[in-house]
Amino acid sequence: MNRKRGAVAAGAVGALAVMLLPFAHVTIPGLFEGPLDSPGTLNLLGLCFVFGALALTYDIVFGFTGLLSFGHALYFAAGVYVTAIALARWHLTLAEALGVTAVVAFVLPLVLGAICLRVRDIPFAMVTLAFAEAGSILVFQNPFGLTGGEEGLALGSDVLPAALIGVSNTAHLYWIAVALLASTYAIGWWAVHSPPGRVWQGIRENERRVAVLGLNPYAYKLASFTLSGFLAAGAGVAYLLLQGGANPQITTANFTLVLLVMVVLGGVGTLWGAVIGGIVYEYLDFRLLELSNASGIANLPPVIRVPLSEPLFVLGVLFIVLVLFLPQGLGGLVRRASIR
Amino acid sequence: MNTFVLLFVTGLGLGALYFLVAAGLSLIWGLMRVLNFAHGAFFTVASYAGYYAATAMPEGSPWLQWFAGLAAATIAGGVFAILTEIFLIRPLYSRPLGQILVTVGLAISTLALVEGAFGSDPRQVPLPDQMIATTKLFGAAIPNTRFVVIVLAIAVLAALLLFLHRTRYGLIVRAGVENRAMVSALGIDVGRAFMLVFAIGGMAAGLAGFLGATYYGTIDPSRGTAMLISAFIVVVIGGLGSIGGSALAAVIVGLLQQFLNFYAAAGTGDFAVVLLLAVVLLTRPGGLLGEGST
Repeated sequence: MNRKRGAVAAGAVGALAVMLLPFAHVTIPGLFEGPLDSPGTLNLLGLCFVFGALALTYDIVFGFTGLLSFGHALYFAAGVYVTAIALARWHLTLAEALGVTAVVAFVLPLVLGAICLRVRDIPFAMVTLAFAEAGSILVFQNPFGLTGGEEGLALGSDVLPAALIGVSNTAHLYWIAVALLASTYAIGWWAVHSPPGRVWQGIRENERRVAVLGLNPYAYKLASFTLSGFLAAGAGVAYLLLQGGANPQITTANFTLVLLVMVVLGGVGTLWGAVIGGIVYEYLDFRLLELSNASGIANLPPVIRVPLSEPLFVLGVLFIVLVLFLPQGLGGLVRRASIR
Repeated sequence: MNTFVLLFVTGLGLGALYFLVAAGLSLIWGLMRVLNFAHGAFFTVASYAGYYAATAMPEGSPWLQWFAGLAAATIAGGVFAILTEIFLIRPLYSRPLGQILVTVGLAISTLALVEGAFGSDPRQVPLPDQMIATTKLFGAAIPNTRFVVIVLAIAVLAALLLFLHRTRYGLIVRAGVENRAMVSALGIDVGRAFMLVFAIGGMAAGLAGFLGATYYGTIDPSRGTAMLISAFIVVVIGGLGSIGGSALAAVIVGLLQQFLNFYAAAGTGDFAVVLLLAVVLLTRPGGLLGEGST
C-alpha cells in the first residue's frame, strides 16, 4: 500500500515537473540542443508526447485487442487533414473545425472497421492497409485542390487563434500536447480496464472462446477499432497544431509501419510501454538526424557515416534487435529489472 | 484503337512485374505463414545490384550490360533472401508475429540505407537500342521492353509451375502449403523447403527489380515499396498461396490500373484496385483461386 502511495506521489511530482517545464531555463547538455524552455526543445517534446499518445492508440487495437491493423496512419492523417482543410480551405473557426473533425474521426473508423473486421488475421491486415493506401492516394492526388498533394497544406497565420501562433507561444502548444497525452492515457486506461476492455484482451487471447461464452466478438472489436481510430485523430489534431501544417508523409504505409515500430519498441500490451516507445522513437528520429550533421560524424569514413546519418536505418536495426532478443520491448526490460 | 492496344500491352507488362514480386510473397506466405514485408527491399537492392553490374561492363556492348544486370539482380535478390531467412526468420520460427515484425524492420532499415548510400534521385539504366525501339502491333507503337518483361514473366510462371508440379521439392512445397505439420510428421525436412521458397521468391523479386528498371528505364529507392503494396493486393486478390491466382490477379490489377489511370483521372486506377481488393475479400475471403476461406 505504501509503495502504491509512493508511486502516486512520484507520478504527481513528475506530472507537475512536466507541466512547469516551459518555465525551466535549464540546459541539459547532450540530451537537448537548447535550454528546456527554448521553443525548439518544447516543440520536440510536444511532438514526442503526441507520438506517445498515437502509439498508445495503436496499442489499444494491436496490443490489447490483437488486431494487426496496417491502416492506423489513416485515422491519424484524418485528424490532421480534416482539421487542416476545415481551417485553411473552408475558413471555419478552430472550434467548428474540431467539431467537423470529431464527426469524421468517429464515422470513418466505424464504417471502415465494420468492413475490415469481416475478415481476420492477415486478410484483415491487408484490407486495412488497402484502405489506408486509398486514403494516401487521395491525399497525394490533391482532389479539388483540398489537400495540397505532395506539397502538403500549411496553416496560414490567420486561421488559428493568436495564442497558438508564433515561436513565443510554443509553450501553449506544448501544454496542448501534454493535455492530449494525459487525456488519451486516461481514456485508454479507463477503456482497457472497463468490462469491454477485458473482453478485448479475451479476444486477443482466444476469440473463439469469447464467442462460445455468448459474447459477440465483432461488436467488441469494432468498438476497439473505432475508439482507437478516434483517439488517433485527436493526436493528429495536436500534431497539426505543433507542426503548423499537414504533410502527406504521415498518410503513407511506411508511417503505419513506423507506428508498429514505436509500439513494439516500448512493449506491446502495456499502455505506458507504448507511450515510452512513441516518445523514444520520435526523440531518436529527431536527434539522430541532428547528430548526423554533427562534425564528429561528418569526418568518419563513408562506410560508417552513411548508415549513421539515416535515422530510419538506425531505428530499423534497433527494432530488429529488439524483436530478436527483447520481444517484450523496453517496457519488458524495465519490468524485468523491477521484478529482480 | 492504338491507344487501347498500347494501354493493354503496357498494363500486361505492369501485371508481369506485379506477378514476379507477388509469386514469391505468395509462396512464402503459403508455406511459412510469413508475411514478408522485406520483399520490396529485395526488389530495390537487386535493382541497384543490377544497375552497378550493368554499368561495370564495357559501354560498347549494351546487350552484355543488360544480361549482366539481369543476372546480378537475380542473384542478389536470391542471396539477400537466403540471408534473411537464415539470420532473421529462422530464429523466430516459434513466434509468427515476430517474423512479420522483423521483416518490417528489415524493410525500413534497408530502404533508409539505400537512400543514404545512393541518394533518392532516379538513375538511368543502360538499355540496348533494340529494346528501346518500338514494334507496331495493330497499329500501335509499343516499346520492346514491354514484350521482354511479359515474356520473361511468362517464362518464370511456366518454370514455377513445372517446379511445383513435376519435381520432388515442388511436391514437398505444395504439400507444405496444404499441411505443414503433416509434412514434417512424415520425416521430411521442411526447414530446407523454407529456405528454398525464400531463395525462389528472392530471385523472382530480384529479376523483377531489373525488369522494373528495364520497363521504366530508371531505378530509384522507393519503387520497391510501391511494388510491395501492389503485390500484396495481387496476392490477396489471387488467393494466398496460389501461383495461378497471383498470375491472374496480377493481370487484372495491372490492366485495371493502366486503363482507369488513362481514361478516368490519374490515380483512379490505384483507387479502383483497392476497392477491388475490398470487394474480393468480403465476397470471397480466400481470394479468387485461394483455398476456401481463411
